Amino acid sequence: MTSEVIASTSSKARQLNAEEIAEIEHEMTLYPDKKAVGLEALKIVQKHQGWVSDESLLGIAKYLDLPAADLEGVATFFNLVFRQPVGDNVILFCDSVSCWIMGCENMKSHIKDTLGIDYGETTEDGKFTLIPVPCLGDCDRAPVMMVGEELHRNLTPDSIDEIVKNVRSK
Amino acid sequence: MVSNPLTKNIDMSRGPLDIAGYESADGYQSLKTIAKGLNSVDVLQQVKDSGLKGRGGAGFPTGLKWSFVPSGDGAPVQKYLVVNADEMEPGTFKDRLLMEGDPHLLIEGMVIAAFTIQASKAYIFLRGEYVVAEKALKHAIAEAEAKGYLGKDILGTGFDLDIVVHTSAGRYICGEETALLNALEGKRANPRAKPPFPQVSGLWGKPTIVNNVETICNLPGIITYGVDWYHGLTKGSDHGTKLFGISGKVKTPGCWELPLGLPIRQVIEEYGGGMQDGLELRAFLPGGGSTDFMLPEHLDIALDYDEVAKVGSRLATGTMIILDDKTCPVGMIGNLMKFFAHESCGFCTPCRDGLPWVDTIFRELEAGRGSEKDLQILHEHVDYLGPGRTFCALAPGAAAPLGSGLKIFKEDFERHISGKCCPYKK
Repeated sequence: MTSEVIASTSSKARQLNAEEIAEIEHEMTLYPDKKAVGLEALKIVQKHQGWVSDESLLGIAKYLDLPAADLEGVATFFNLVFRQPVGDNVILFCDSVSCWIMGCENMKSHIKDTLGIDYGETTEDGKFTLIPVPCLGDCDRAPVMMVGEELHRNLTPDSIDEIVKNVRSK
Repeated sequence: MVSNPLTKNIDMSRGPLDIAGYESADGYQSLKTIAKGLNSVDVLQQVKDSGLKGRGGAGFPTGLKWSFVPSGDGAPVQKYLVVNADEMEPGTFKDRLLMEGDPHLLIEGMVIAAFTIQASKAYIFLRGEYVVAEKALKHAIAEAEAKGYLGKDILGTGFDLDIVVHTSAGRYICGEETALLNALEGKRANPRAKPPFPQVSGLWGKPTIVNNVETICNLPGIITYGVDWYHGLTKGSDHGTKLFGISGKVKTPGCWELPLGLPIRQVIEEYGGGMQDGLELRAFLPGGGSTDFMLPEHLDIALDYDEVAKVGSRLATGTMIILDDKTCPVGMIGNLMKFFAHESCGFCTPCRDGLPWVDTIFRELEAGRGSEKDLQILHEHVDYLGPGRTFCALAPGAAAPLGSGLKIFKEDFERHISGKCCPYKK
């Protein structure tokens, strides 16, 4: 075991804030046990903190009385739970088959050339993180990608530039 | 009579109908029909008689699936209905349309399904990226609750139902029904051993039915307009209408509700507008990424579950992916293999180790470093990843385009090796 892992498991749990707790408590009314709320809590914390740090994960485990290792197993299984910091805007880039046929590789190259990031990387200004995502289910308007909660269709290099410009100017 | 029961209220140039608009278009009529005196046995019989088959991919008869749920005095009190709205099959974009376009139809169908199996709680397992659908569904559920179509003693039937929208956090494997149940329970989404089947022991060990969005959306029409009407919809041997989609380089890709049984040619040419100028149809996957390739010689086959199965493929999700003659088939299959390798849950060895090996070989072929030995290994994996070798249907799904593609595109594979590059790259 590396010293980093030991450090992370021994680090202190973060006290969840009141908003996070209120939302987690609401989820508790929808499911018959706490384990089911674990994933919901991870998503809630991520919504508020941007990502799920070790301290947050331990905080959730403590609050829900779940084994931290179990919760970590869940957190690392699901690709929309971010266990590393991400930029302000996560680009979920569809690279599945219909988008591939319609030229998504050129779009990805364009993102790489203009934003300077590959999969799993964040721009230096912290504005964008690029992540591949399985088929986004909008294949008749491929290629597509999501930026935050917005879905963008029929991508071209020009439309990508426009999307980036709009997000940056917000 | 209504000929497009799934999409009659959908107009994507506006938002979905609100509950008043939905009610005035025969919405929630089926619940009133049930409230007038149908019991769960009656409804089950109607769904069985309708011949409805599951629209999620497997095509299993819906009524038969429901009939496995224990009922009567000895049956568990708590049962669950789960709607599989985790649409992630490559090239599939139909459930999104239904949920964004007419969320009340799904909710009405869910009440019918839950009433039939007597489940008082239902979850919609929605993929997290479908944020528009999430908002539409939550809004529609609140409207339906306010009108008494959900909640306690629905329309005086004594039947209670609560619906929860659960948004997932990614992973294709969650579309496998037992993996989905584990995810809903807050566990890693590895599939479960079957038996026991979810109908007997599913969510939190209780009897559970998992149905696809489109399957559920068929139910209101069957109850409101009747089984005879439903049987009149089809042009083929399977009953009802279905959402069919086309993606790839056709002139007008899209998703349409059509009767089952139309010739494939008609759908591609009339609805898809035919191939883009300068391109020929090379092959197509008839129902998403987990199906066997079909060829131009199959264009006169009817889009029916059984007819497509006769030529060795599957209708599956009904969303076709078109391969044209200027796109590399090896690259296309390689893209699919990368997807399946990435989405393997890692539980069983053939899938966890086999798919990344296959993916690696495709990368080598693409880079011009492939060998005859690699082709041999790919052929072996069609068997290793096939049905019966793995814990769930993910790897057999990957083996479908791989196995059929190795046969159909043999020459293309050979050219990648002999030419030491992808011959489609200029």
